[in-house]
Amino acid sequence: MRGFEKHLNEFHQHGIEVAAISVDSPQESNHLCQSRGYTYPFLSDPNAEVIRRYGILHPKAGENGRDIARPAEFFVDSAGVIRWVNLTDDLRIRARPEAALDVILRQIGG
Amino acid sequence: MDGESVTTYNGFLKRRWNISLWAGFAIVVLSLISYIPVFALLPITRDVPWVNYLLFVLGGVLLAIGLKRAYREPDRYRGKISGPILSVLSLLIAGFFVLGILVLTKQLPASSGAPHVGQPAPQFTLANIDGKQIALADLLKGHQGVILIFYRGYW
Repeated sequence: MRGFEKHLNEFHQHGIEVAAISVDSPQESNHLCQSRGYTYPFLSDPNAEVIRRYGILHPKAGENGRDIARPAEFFVDSAGVIRWVNLTDDLRIRARPEAALDVILRQIGG
Repeated sequence: MDGESVTTYNGFLKRRWNISLWAGFAIVVLSLISYIPVFALLPITRDVPWVNYLLFVLGGVLLAIGLKRAYREPDRYRGKISGPILSVLSLLIAGFFVLGILVLTKQLPASSGAPHVGQPAPQFTLANIDGKQIALADLLKGHQGVILIFYRGYW
């Protein structure tokens, strides 16, 4: 997420928005954004309903056995169609923003 | 007067602090605690933490040298008690690190139900940090698309 913030200008230059989603409350996300300097939208899905809809629930993996999201990235084009999916198999290894942007631009021919 | 105890005292002082044992242990600890704040942030050391592995090896070599000194030259070096303790702790630390890297962080569900490329993205409306409701359509407005980053949360 830090990496996406660092490359946010490049994404915006290509007309691509970046948004983060987790089960954290708006207050918790606000705190995170303040402390880490994130400026893109952080959305709160406290009951993991959207996370479930995207098929990436990690049951009981959170605090007190709470259902949370497993790390994942999706690119949704302007028509609302998924054009790129990245499901890491390792918590430590997230999509690199530069690589993601390259793949996405190739997908949308931009 | 009391010459014997002075000699003994000096004799004790002559046994040198077994620095390689402590240096080895310090490097092992450093390797463990440095991964998250340092090496996990650097692209070339994140996926395969080779710097941390090298530090564990270096720490192990120093511990081995320290142990050898402690047992082969007990008159000159200390460490017959601290050496084995530090070595066992170091092994546990390195084992925990390797287990974490190779096993624990990979315990993720397969998520075979996730939408595939070409499928419509599931709709949603969620609160942002100001409590304002934001729909997928709002994120897409005026954009070529949006990257949705799902993360575990800072619980």
